[in-house]
Amino acid sequence: MKKEDINVCIMRVAGTNCDAETKRAFDDLGVKAEVVHSNEIVKKRNLLDYSALIFPGGFSHGDYVRAGAIWAKEALAKIGDDLKEFVEEERPILGICNGFQVLVEIGLLPGFEGIAEYPEAALATNTPIGYHCSWVYVRHENSGKCIFTRKVAKGKVLRIPVAHAEGRFVLPKENENRYLEKLYGNDQLVFRYCAENGEPANGQYPINPNGAFHDIAGICNPAGTVFGLMPHPERSYYGWQLPDWTRRERTLTYGDGRLIFESVVEYLTKKF
Amino acid sequence: MTSRLYIKRNLDFELSEINVLDADEKELLQISSELGVGLSLKEMKHVKQHFSKKGRNPTDVELQTIGQTWSEHCCHKTFKGDIVTAKGKLLVTNMFKEYIAKVTRELNLPWCLSVFEDNAGIVDFENGYAIAAKVETHNHPSAIEPFGGAATGTGGVIRDILGVWADPIACTDVLCFGPLNYDYEKLPLGTKHPNYLFKGVVAGIGHYGNNMGIPTVNGAIYFDESYVGNVVVYCGCIGVLPTNKFTRNTMPGDIAVLAGGRTGRDGIHGVTFASAELTKESEEVSRSAVQIANPIEEEKLKRAIIKIRDRKLGSAITDLGGGGLSCATGEMAHRSNCGVQVELEKVALKHLGMSPWEIYVSESQERMLLSVKEKNLQKVLDIFESEDIEATPVGKFTGNKMLQAYYRGQTVAELDLHFLYNPPKARRVARWKKPNLIEPSFAEPNDLTHDLLKILSSPNVASKESVIRTYDHEVKGNTVLKPLQGRYGGLSDAAVIKPLSNSWKGIVISCGMNPNYGKIDPYWMAASAVDEAIRNNISVGGRRIALLDNFTWGSPEKPDRTGSLVRACQACYDFAKAFETPFISGKDSLYNELRIGPDASNPVTPTLLITAIGIIPDIRKTVSADVKSPGNLIYMVGQTYHELGGSEYYGLRGFLGKAVPKVRTAQAKRTINAVVEAIDSGYVTSCHDLSEGGLAVAAAEMAFSGGYGIQLNLGSVPRARNMKRNDYVIFSESNSRFLMEVPEKRREQFEALMERNVCSAVGRVEKNKRLSVFGLNGKRVVNASLGRLRDAWKSTFGGQK
Repeated sequence: MKKEDINVCIMRVAGTNCDAETKRAFDDLGVKAEVVHSNEIVKKRNLLDYSALIFPGGFSHGDYVRAGAIWAKEALAKIGDDLKEFVEEERPILGICNGFQVLVEIGLLPGFEGIAEYPEAALATNTPIGYHCSWVYVRHENSGKCIFTRKVAKGKVLRIPVAHAEGRFVLPKENENRYLEKLYGNDQLVFRYCAENGEPANGQYPINPNGAFHDIAGICNPAGTVFGLMPHPERSYYGWQLPDWTRRERTLTYGDGRLIFESVVEYLTKKF
Repeated sequence: MTSRLYIKRNLDFELSEINVLDADEKELLQISSELGVGLSLKEMKHVKQHFSKKGRNPTDVELQTIGQTWSEHCCHKTFKGDIVTAKGKLLVTNMFKEYIAKVTRELNLPWCLSVFEDNAGIVDFENGYAIAAKVETHNHPSAIEPFGGAATGTGGVIRDILGVWADPIACTDVLCFGPLNYDYEKLPLGTKHPNYLFKGVVAGIGHYGNNMGIPTVNGAIYFDESYVGNVVVYCGCIGVLPTNKFTRNTMPGDIAVLAGGRTGRDGIHGVTFASAELTKESEEVSRSAVQIANPIEEEKLKRAIIKIRDRKLGSAITDLGGGGLSCATGEMAHRSNCGVQVELEKVALKHLGMSPWEIYVSESQERMLLSVKEKNLQKVLDIFESEDIEATPVGKFTGNKMLQAYYRGQTVAELDLHFLYNPPKARRVARWKKPNLIEPSFAEPNDLTHDLLKILSSPNVASKESVIRTYDHEVKGNTVLKPLQGRYGGLSDAAVIKPLSNSWKGIVISCGMNPNYGKIDPYWMAASAVDEAIRNNISVGGRRIALLDNFTWGSPEKPDRTGSLVRACQACYDFAKAFETPFISGKDSLYNELRIGPDASNPVTPTLLITAIGIIPDIRKTVSADVKSPGNLIYMVGQTYHELGGSEYYGLRGFLGKAVPKVRTAQAKRTINAVVEAIDSGYVTSCHDLSEGGLAVAAAEMAFSGGYGIQLNLGSVPRARNMKRNDYVIFSESNSRFLMEVPEKRREQFEALMERNVCSAVGRVEKNKRLSVFGLNGKRVVNASLGRLRDAWKSTFGGQK
């Protein structure tokens, strides 16, 4: 696929609020991206016209019930078949923050056996409890499966901010170890919260900002084409967005978040 | 209620005639109080006279509409009324015009596009875009229900920005509470504990801003005993709009479209409630005056309004705030010289059985009113539908300059707009007496480290990181200078936002507030607030500053409250004029008093918030407050005087003092211009203004935010000749002062630029992580590790270590 043929769908519902800056990231890479209300996709049944799908951050439908749950059920009920086909064709799907919560609630992540009937993980209420906005470090753990981080070397530490109240990644207690092994075995683990030098957070707040199990910040599906993460790469796209950019002699043009957008564009141009 | 005064019409819905024609003075007041319309005797008599001429009584809908429109909250009667001395001599007519708006009028700056006209002030920005700004108060509701009160305060000010067709891009919040450790035993009856209010208000502000995806980027939290029972909640919002998309041109024949949330019984009489003192019964009586927040509804509304704006489908817009639909329809018609006819049964309701007056004055949230040409109506309704927003045409604008409301075919209100918008002029008595104060006398301590640590951990200085982290300050990805900077969560003097993808120009947002100085003299308090807001803005690289004024005062019916208000207003004029910083918008909240007995009440400490909106030509030149590199020089710009009245240092010892910080405008303007030039020339690597806690706190904050030590010599500090004590030099809170970090290689250029200014090198950035200050006699007076200073700063409210 030529870069100019790429058409990214940034889907939104009531309460989505990170769509504009997510679109700006693709704009900057010279890739066409459209912000589309889910009502329109439902009406036109045109999800498959797009080359990639993004579930951006926000508070979809107020996140009443459980973060991401309402949008997930809506998407499954109204465009579930198209979504399934989208995944089967290995077109990329990215969920950022609330989008990650949606992907987990849909059953797409971890998605050990395709779309799960019931969520196999959850993004639970933070510990310590409450909304938390800060810059964190995440270490790249993926060995090459995740198409969203192919431009990031394994072990590299990225700096990206988080802002959420429900971001504590958890697996069902009875399957915790088995699922974790699967995540490693399938190369589904993508980002873990860590210290600046890359040492694991080991659950220590605020290095791990939400108490996530195994410091997990982002995972992909077994195919590596569906990826969800709590941090916001679109807020770490430009150098001037960094929290200490004023300390540098020369301001960086870009931040670490850009690598994720670059990776998916490269995947699309190579694969399709 | 006496049946003689209220004549119920025989209809299948609730409608009463209010028998003002037969009412004597006592009964007029009885009516005002029983209906909760909050009108004074003078106003009730004016109503009676008006309706006598008409030969009929007003309906409840009419009287309620009058009550809302004439409330202090909606029409600012004190600011627009006559102020007289105790002997009846006229001091000033219309303080708003004579002090606040006068600055803007006299400065007559071309970049002020729309001031005091609309829901928000509008100034020019860049590439055909303008900045809209507004700050609101939501004190009374927050005192009753902190979460809902603060959340709807934020929601309300965001709608003010939507109400000028602007896209909200940033929020601010300034909050004042009683001491969090206030003794429960001392809490007046019916008052909620400061700690409860603090938690609720912070949660409410975060809830609304975070859910709507608008970053909360600047603010302050202030504590004082007078805020027990008088919580202060200032909510601000900044927006941007394409200048050529702004329309305010309602014509007869246009349709009135009500869009957003449904109308319910929540928020009835919010404005009349806000225009009275709080009492121990407020909880019971006024609970329904607090609205319920639904940020997701407003997020949808925002999307639809921006689409309607971009396609230019509306002819005017306003939000429904105080007074609900009655004020919104009336104002929209009045400002375009139209009339309006409203059919109240068309309003979508939350519950059945609401009477027409309730529908008309309800302040249910997330509602906007648009005027739309008939040919565009369907397109507008389609846009609202595409965002799942309920929108209903509820009436039509006319040419007859009347406000007419109908319900099921019956006329329920028919008011002359000229009458409605020309209430009888209020008359307030003002008296200000200089308080009898003295300067304290106590021995100078040998070592000031302990005092510095105490001040760093005092509630008004300590880091508010634990609060700021619960607000999303990064959403939209445009926050260039954040409320928490760098690795150590260091502080910022101002926030910088880069709102346009195709421009490096930024918006600089800062504030200033010094309630403590007002206890000595409200004039110098206001002067200091103006100076502080401006110097915070300048510190990071801001300029071309516009100001917003927000007054929180006690009851204007008490002469001493009004007296101090007049003094503060005079200072607003004097200093905004001198600094050439026009006021573009403002709001006053009066009646912030807690009644504690039949003749006794506790007023709020007069609290003036000045918000400054500046611009920076290139955000890449933004300067933060954290020191950058060992070896760099630290300069102090501006003169230090013996001005510790109302200071943190005196406060620590239980003194108020007398020598309040003043503002010397000629000198201050020179300083400000030089600071801007030095920043633009690239000589400055960090800059921080001096405020609470003076030089000591400013230097400590710069050091521990940057992670490098600072060594200072007090002997080099430019100061008044009578400054002979180390503690006074280091803790004085004189205005218009800055600390600037300059690399050695820029020394000559910087000093040349500063030649005509009061400026001298006072120290250096050091590799060793300590703050050491050497006193006037060369002996060390402060010596503390950055870790210890930072821990003290973060010990009070918490924060990341």
